Amino acid sequence: MTCMGTDTLLSVDDLKVHFPRARQGWGRPAEVVKAVDGVSFDIRRGSTLAVVGESGSGKTTTALAVMRLSPLTSGRIRLGDTDLGTLQGEALRRARTRLQIIFQDPFSSLNPRERAGAAVRAPLELMKVGTPAQRTERVNALFEAVGLRPEQQHLFPHQFSGGQRQRINIARALATNPELVVCDEPVSALDIAIRAQILNLLARLQRELGLTYLFISHDMAVVEHICDDIAVMYLGQIVERAPRRSFFARPLHPYSVALMSAVPTVSGGRRRAAHRIRLSGDPPSPIDPPPGCRFAGRCPVAEPACATELPPLREVAPGHWVRCRRVDVVGGLPQPPLQMQET
Amino acid sequence: MNDALLRVQDLHVEFKTRRGQALVLNGVDFEIRGGETLCVVGESGCGKSMTALALLRLIPSPPGRIRSGRVLFQDEDLVAASEARMREVRGNRISMIFQEPMTSLNPVFTVGDQIGESLRLHAGLDAGAARRRAVEMLRQVGIPAPERRVDEYPHQLSGGMRQRVMIAMALACRPDILIADEPTTALDVTVQAQIFDLLRELQREKGTAILLITHDMGAVAEMADRVMVMYAGRVIEQGTAGQVLSEPGHPYTRGLIDCLPELGSSAAAEGGMRDELAEIAGVVPSIWELGSGCAFRERCPHAMARCAVEVPPMFAVDGAAHGAACWLHAEALEEALA
Repeated sequence: MTCMGTDTLLSVDDLKVHFPRARQGWGRPAEVVKAVDGVSFDIRRGSTLAVVGESGSGKTTTALAVMRLSPLTSGRIRLGDTDLGTLQGEALRRARTRLQIIFQDPFSSLNPRERAGAAVRAPLELMKVGTPAQRTERVNALFEAVGLRPEQQHLFPHQFSGGQRQRINIARALATNPELVVCDEPVSALDIAIRAQILNLLARLQRELGLTYLFISHDMAVVEHICDDIAVMYLGQIVERAPRRSFFARPLHPYSVALMSAVPTVSGGRRRAAHRIRLSGDPPSPIDPPPGCRFAGRCPVAEPACATELPPLREVAPGHWVRCRRVDVVGGLPQPPLQMQET
Repeated sequence: MNDALLRVQDLHVEFKTRRGQALVLNGVDFEIRGGETLCVVGESGCGKSMTALALLRLIPSPPGRIRSGRVLFQDEDLVAASEARMREVRGNRISMIFQEPMTSLNPVFTVGDQIGESLRLHAGLDAGAARRRAVEMLRQVGIPAPERRVDEYPHQLSGGMRQRVMIAMALACRPDILIADEPTTALDVTVQAQIFDLLRELQREKGTAILLITHDMGAVAEMADRVMVMYAGRVIEQGTAGQVLSEPGHPYTRGLIDCLPELGSSAAAEGGMRDELAEIAGVVPSIWELGSGCAFRERCPHAMARCAVEVPPMFAVDGAAHGAACWLHAEALEEALA
């Protein structure tokens, strides 16, 4: 499934992250939460892969596993030629200069007692990059790159607005010149007017520095704007993976279609709401996922076979993979089994 | 306009701080008619949640207080009402759904107890009747197996179900007005769609007026009959949803709509290139930096000398229903008169 081209920066193969729960009583087997259950994807150098899904779908756990911030149950994670999944100790610590993360909440991700400059400088000190004078220079350059003034280094986080704090987080993530930046919902906590500023900043930095982004989000409009490729997760698995245009022109998996149709838009308004695909119920528990397709219980077009057999992720158009047995390919064109009625 | 259910007139709310009095609502005027949905839009700190709290007199006091203004609910001024009278109004005639369904339910009472509380208090039902009514409410908000769920505790429910419980609580006494403060911000879009459907359906059945506070312009387009945009403690634009979203009269509203990434952007993009999103430069000024004049002038592409001196009043944009507090419209008006 993974094709290792020369320009692939990150390659994740059959990643599983399972968390055992405490025993619920005598004689009962310990339950296992299958937060991520067999996820594979590649990211080309200099491109953005967006992972979307609802809360509990495992998108953040996937991001944390790539960062080696959550335990791995099984699977392989390769960054360039390095096998990230097996690195330990000092080697892992050193590899961390190559991958950095921007967290969702600009308030809790900065130490309130640390000045902004020190926060951005910390990775350089920890990784012993350059001389102290070079570090000072680098911090100045980083502040400028993210649109802050160098003299603002002496301020504390509470003296910045949410958007500015996210700029500090971005500067900190870029300090060690990483190749891969994991963005975990970097704009969800920001006001809409500030969102555009940060999204434009991330796009500009990617162009200028050749950064590769793993972009976690639940906002389909933001994702469509920023990504090159998209992966849709549902209950620990990828249900659809495709290049941006292919996906947004024609999402194939019934869950992707329902997710897209649920997004309210300014131009769509009430007309769109009236034609929405309505899902009933909540996603099933990741503790004991159903044996077949995990979406079968809520899927408007499920067949009896969907509930018994887990369909594989298969390529139905160039680069467009989908995990649904109801997607047929007619004359080379994949046909979504469920479609939102356009007005 | 006497068909208004609730009229807010020149409402001022201030907070006492170490730096002096902070005016967080500065002359807010609006009205809600029976059965309509009014959306309040704005960035954090613009006063939208404070407006909602002021209507129910729930502003933490001290340090906050309503300095002046009137909240006329069916011609009764709630600002002057007694605390006992407010308890009769809250949760009964006007009720509220808060943003965080996790923290606004009491973890040590069953959801049935919490829904029944307002019924016992306001409608005088006994425990058995209140419980039956709670089951009925849970069924109405689309919770499966309500007879079982009524005896469960909040932690046993998912986020979407908790928000439904909040809605069931708020609607139990069939209020005239439902205030919903970002009711779906913490929820996934598919659940948000369910909640919006539910609110629309209940509104159709019971004729409840909804004051929906949100920052999502898509949600506004879907839910609102009328829209009110707030900035730095003032209402800067009001109109029907169609007017405000397609012909915004205030540069700030235009900026908010333009800076949104919208679905469909990849179809328009040529060869994988993407456009930069439009930005509103700068940030919202802090309450201490407002000074004189229009609070938006520092970020406004159309700012004029006059903007720094005088706060613009609400000007009619197209017809009486659509107004914007921006000097641009004064110019247009003067040109038309000349």
